[in-house]
Amino acid sequence: MAHLAKTHEQQEGSLDWNGGNIPLKASWGKLMMWFFLLSDAFSFSALLITYAMIRYSHAAYHGTIENFKFSLDYWPVPDKVFEAMPFLHGVSLPLVFVGIMTFILIMSSVTMVLAVEAGHRNDRKDVEKWMLWTILGGFTFLGCQAWEWTHFIHGSDKGGATDVYGSVIYGANLIQNQYGPVPFANLFFFITGFHGFHVFSGVMLNVLVFYNTAFGVYANPDRVIDEGAGRYEMIEKVGLYWHFVDLVWVFVFTAFYLI
Amino acid sequence: MELQTNVDGADVHVHEHHHDEHEHHEDGFIRKYIFTEDHKTIAKQFLILGLMWAFMGGAMSVIFRLQLGFPDFNLEWLRPILGTWINETGKLEQEKYLALVTMHGTIMVFFVLTAGLSGTFSNFLIPLQVGARDMASGFMNMLSFWFFFLASVVMFTSLFLETGPASGGWVIYPPLSALPEAVPGSGAGMTYWLISMALFIVSSLLGGINYITTVINMRTKGLSFSRLPLTIWAFFLTAIIGLLSFPVLFAAALLLIFDRSMGTSFFLSDIYIGGKPLHHQGGSAILFQHLFWFLGHPEVYIVLLPALGITSEIIATNARKPIFGYRAMVGSMIGIGVLSFIVWAHHMFVTGMNPFLGTIFMLLTLIIAVPSAVKAFNYITTLWKGNIIFTPAMMFSIGLVSLFISGGVTGIVLGNNALDIQLHDTYFVVAHFHLVMGSASFFGMVAGVYHWFPKMFGRMMDDKLGYVHFWATFIGVYLVFFPMHYIGIAGFPRRYYSFSTFDFTKSYADLNMFISVAAIVTFSAQGLFAFNFVYSIFRGRLAPQNPWGSNTLEWTTPRVPGHGNWPGAIPTVHRWPYDYSKPDSDKDGFSDFIPQNIPFSQTPHSNFENENELIAKQEGKNAGGNQQHHH
Repeated sequence: MAHLAKTHEQQEGSLDWNGGNIPLKASWGKLMMWFFLLSDAFSFSALLITYAMIRYSHAAYHGTIENFKFSLDYWPVPDKVFEAMPFLHGVSLPLVFVGIMTFILIMSSVTMVLAVEAGHRNDRKDVEKWMLWTILGGFTFLGCQAWEWTHFIHGSDKGGATDVYGSVIYGANLIQNQYGPVPFANLFFFITGFHGFHVFSGVMLNVLVFYNTAFGVYANPDRVIDEGAGRYEMIEKVGLYWHFVDLVWVFVFTAFYLI
Repeated sequence: MELQTNVDGADVHVHEHHHDEHEHHEDGFIRKYIFTEDHKTIAKQFLILGLMWAFMGGAMSVIFRLQLGFPDFNLEWLRPILGTWINETGKLEQEKYLALVTMHGTIMVFFVLTAGLSGTFSNFLIPLQVGARDMASGFMNMLSFWFFFLASVVMFTSLFLETGPASGGWVIYPPLSALPEAVPGSGAGMTYWLISMALFIVSSLLGGINYITTVINMRTKGLSFSRLPLTIWAFFLTAIIGLLSFPVLFAAALLLIFDRSMGTSFFLSDIYIGGKPLHHQGGSAILFQHLFWFLGHPEVYIVLLPALGITSEIIATNARKPIFGYRAMVGSMIGIGVLSFIVWAHHMFVTGMNPFLGTIFMLLTLIIAVPSAVKAFNYITTLWKGNIIFTPAMMFSIGLVSLFISGGVTGIVLGNNALDIQLHDTYFVVAHFHLVMGSASFFGMVAGVYHWFPKMFGRMMDDKLGYVHFWATFIGVYLVFFPMHYIGIAGFPRRYYSFSTFDFTKSYADLNMFISVAAIVTFSAQGLFAFNFVYSIFRGRLAPQNPWGSNTLEWTTPRVPGHGNWPGAIPTVHRWPYDYSKPDSDKDGFSDFIPQNIPFSQTPHSNFENENELIAKQEGKNAGGNQQHHH
């Protein structure tokens, strides 16, 4: 069995897969989070492929952007759908609000990185501080999304597309929408909703680990720590989830708002 | 506290050990048998619930076989069980026939051959064969079973709905499944189906993440991936496939739920009912098929790979020979796993998909024949000139190889997109997948039960009943499914209620009668297994510690291992698991097998040259090769 000898040689110094250790230098809990995220990535992929397939089975708008009108006949131009801003009624600011939302979410990932880093230093005060910022970012994003949805549902003052009977449609729901073909709103609600639910779960997890940090659960010296894990590993695991949700948003954002 | 094994044969036993401090204290009844975190008990829970489903799914098939084989037969006597599913004329209701076919498929594919097979043996064997005290997370493992239990309860409840359970086929294609007006089963029954499957997917995810993590992180010292038993390789790859494919079904199911209940149009468009248009506009039913089969095809291998892994283990053990082509076996399983994700559209050749795309999927599909053939070849070459011991488990494993080949060959026929135009959705397809996936996997599962029963319950199953069970099942399965090929070639579509409606199908009445009789006999023969199983749990002969003279680590545990598996330290692994009939092993004091925990230094005569080099290297590196491993 020459291959056995070979594997032993190969493993000097690098990853050791010979058993009795944790070859990827990650505790089982962290591995589980990675594999869960891999799985979840496939759920989102399925949804985004659904989006792509339905979108490309519909006609695109070919005219100039100035002459664009909402119609059931073609997929809307995102700049015209998402141009509202709180307190600035009637001003056309394409993608500005969603840009702010995205920025907030990405910043919350940055504060999450800082929380994880503070965990590595076993700095409880810093973990608390950065987790709090992350939670704030998460809630702000959710709040923005709620506003975004509300505006999407209510629609613009003058309404948009006309239905088959010639009357103007106002706002959007799962049955009809003023912005264009019915599946556009279906997909918008479903996919951003599915993502929003992930963000919400993430915020809940963040609150949980913040609570545990603040009450000294992780700092407790009697707490049993798994092989390969640090004292504040829970921050890391939740952090992985948070970054994932953030990453998925980049794809969702690209699909709905950019292309 | 190195485990000492006496290799003279049947009475291998572990020397008395004092419990070490890692041993769990005795649990109460509820924690020990119901909400248990012990992987062995969870495995038995999966097995018993899976077997209960198997009998229910089998009974359903017998009922619809009665309809197909004996269309004029009065089923009035089934009214006490089926109630209004039998109409006034004593016939099976047509819609309920569809419900039975749907539930048979769903139950067998997901509840029996996924949860019952993978859930049982991954749970039972992974910690035992990798040398771990338990799964990485016992709690999540427990949840995995209880989510499966909940899924089972929901699915079972749906059988009692007034409108019946889901009846749009196990593939639940919309618009049939999306519109309650389409068929009674698309009402509440479909909702229950979707809820049940969502719970099932959660269960499979919790289990799968655990299996993968345990194999990566909990292997005992010395157990590198190149020394893993092929069972573990199979369970590991199965878990990865499930992890990546089930979420796609989950997404599809959620979208379908929205189409059904919230009025969205993901899978629906341009539908008129009673001349009135539905509001759904712009969706695509084909899209659902793509999403479904992205799970559906890998699911075939989720079902099959564990059975193949179990077979590898049993055939090598009972042929008393090293498995032929260990690396080729691993490689072909990886190959099958990768390919399983890129062939799904061969289920959709006639759905209006671009024919050019069909050709690509045909090519990819036919490539799967290569790793499959490698596996079949390796099983046969392992048996070749082996010192074969025909235990019931061995019989079923060899039976699997037979079914895998004869069912696989027709897969090559069906994989051709031109031929599929004729054969699609006929009984040829039914025959094909029942042989290669249904029966083969079922044989693997039964083989596994016969083989690991002694470790599960500490007692032996009865061999003679096992042999009768094998021959009745083996012959029965062929008698059921072989004639179906002819019916399929003649063009009879599957899922049809009646064979007596069209002239061209009437000529198959006799053959159908024959199939139905064979099915009833085969199903009845499973009663022997049920009896053997239940009887042996309580009254079976006490099992020796290593009844089959096997090399893997589970046989180094006590007869009935407690929570924690090894009373002393976890054994260290020193060699691969297939050192059967190694030349000169008798000079080292071993009979025809050298267990994995025996160091090469104990077997100077039988070591190969490169193994001696390996020892020299090992000894140079760490003198304490037998170090205790702590969890």
